[in-house]
Amino acid sequence: MCGIVGLFLKDKSLEPQLGEMLTSMLITMTDRGPDSAGIAIYGDETKGKTKLVVQSDTPDTSFDGLDAALGKALGGKVSMDIKSTHAVLTLPAGTTQTARAAMKESHPEIRVMSRGDSLEIYKEVGLPKDVAARFAVEKMTGSHGIGHTRMATESAVTTMGAHPFNTGDDQCLVHNGSLSNHNSLRRKLRREGIHIETENDTEVGAAYLTWQMQNGATLGEALESSLDDLDGFFTFVVGTKDGFGVVRDPIACKPAVMAETDQYVAFGSEYRALVDLPGIENARVWEPEPATVYFWSHDAAPTSTEKAA
Amino acid sequence: MQTIDLSDVGLRETNKTLHAQATNTNQTAWEIVNPRGSHAIACGLDAPIEVTVRGSTGYYCGGMNQQATVNIAGSAGPGTGENIMSGKIVIEGDASQYLGATGHGGLIVVKGNASSRCGISMKGVNIVVQGNVGHMSAFMGQSGNLVVCGDAGDALGDSCYEARFFVRGAVKSLGADCEKKEMRSEHIEILQGLLNEAGIDADPSEFTRYGSARNLYNFDVDNAGAY
Repeated sequence: MCGIVGLFLKDKSLEPQLGEMLTSMLITMTDRGPDSAGIAIYGDETKGKTKLVVQSDTPDTSFDGLDAALGKALGGKVSMDIKSTHAVLTLPAGTTQTARAAMKESHPEIRVMSRGDSLEIYKEVGLPKDVAARFAVEKMTGSHGIGHTRMATESAVTTMGAHPFNTGDDQCLVHNGSLSNHNSLRRKLRREGIHIETENDTEVGAAYLTWQMQNGATLGEALESSLDDLDGFFTFVVGTKDGFGVVRDPIACKPAVMAETDQYVAFGSEYRALVDLPGIENARVWEPEPATVYFWSHDAAPTSTEKAA
Repeated sequence: MQTIDLSDVGLRETNKTLHAQATNTNQTAWEIVNPRGSHAIACGLDAPIEVTVRGSTGYYCGGMNQQATVNIAGSAGPGTGENIMSGKIVIEGDASQYLGATGHGGLIVVKGNASSRCGISMKGVNIVVQGNVGHMSAFMGQSGNLVVCGDAGDALGDSCYEARFFVRGAVKSLGADCEKKEMRSEHIEILQGLLNEAGIDADPSEFTRYGSARNLYNFDVDNAGAY
């Protein structure tokens, strides 16, 4: 069991409260997933720059002088904002790969949580309320965000096993369910050269989407083909730079509730997570259909594509 | 009317109060406000009382119900009315998956749609849905009636026994060993009775009956190769 929450704001006036609303939704989902929690938040774009969110179990030593060292390696200005075990590195655009390679050499203990122009992922082991407080998620602002509370079933309770998973620039995935063919798929993806760090099933799901997209699929297409290639139970929520998407496996036993008003589109594993949202009493509330890929975007009209089971 | 503010007194206290009502209680009308999608509201009731929940509920509302009437003035979460024995549950909005699972008796009415696995393994409960039902509804249904005024999703009545299914709209697909059946006068009568009891105005002659083809009842030696 796990809990998922998501919030996509249509009304810009709510953007300063995004972190606060997501935190409250996340904490409500604590009893679906008390072992770890994470949040992906899409905030302001860094013009001409890009962001890398990194994590270390020893932040005091790892992050000490990291910005200067990276700046030197990249030959440009790097700024760093430390938030507990995580640090947001703002780099010159297009230097993400070089920065990762440089850190792998100089700081092998540092793990990359997310990369992108607007995406930031924060995740740790612990109760959702403690994880949210650690990173001051309540104070974060942005246009949309996704949160996850984890109750591990398939692999260890670790930071790297927590969700969301970064699948590509500004893309992330959270999962409720369990994949049963993750071992064979992991071997296949590793042969294809995809980096998979842990024995976690969802990381394989994320890596699968990354691989599909590297081979030219759009995120929507990758999600549709996931219905054929992933075996097991899943409700996925994916985040992109301009929106979010939802897909459930054809059996659809993992719960999902959506609510939409003129101000927002919200996702919750349960209705409980949505009860404090403004105007929820008059929202359109429904369950997303199985084997159907839904998308909401700031740049395009919402879509839903049914895929025959 | 007794009113309980769930967000104030909490779930255990709320259910304890309702459980304390004896068969001859004179406090027969109850109202629960601020349910906020909580789980297991009004579960395990066993008295002829009427409880109205003002808002949407989470998992298992009205589960194991006996005698009582539970009205949900909102939508209902997964497993609502699970293992209902008798009494009545009326949902004004939609119902989530596995509504009335394993229910032995009583009536569940949904004014909106019901999701997947509605009436799974039903054992005598009657379920009347004014809208549509999702996939795998009445899976392994053993007895009782499922009435769907709208459409049914994939695999209706898969591996069913002697439960009856009445669907007015389209059925996306029938499950294994479920077939269309003749609508005889006794079935019209049963259906009319259920619609009346549910307070739904619909013409029974517009419905189609489905039920077990009874081919799975006995092992067919020709299928031995499949195992």
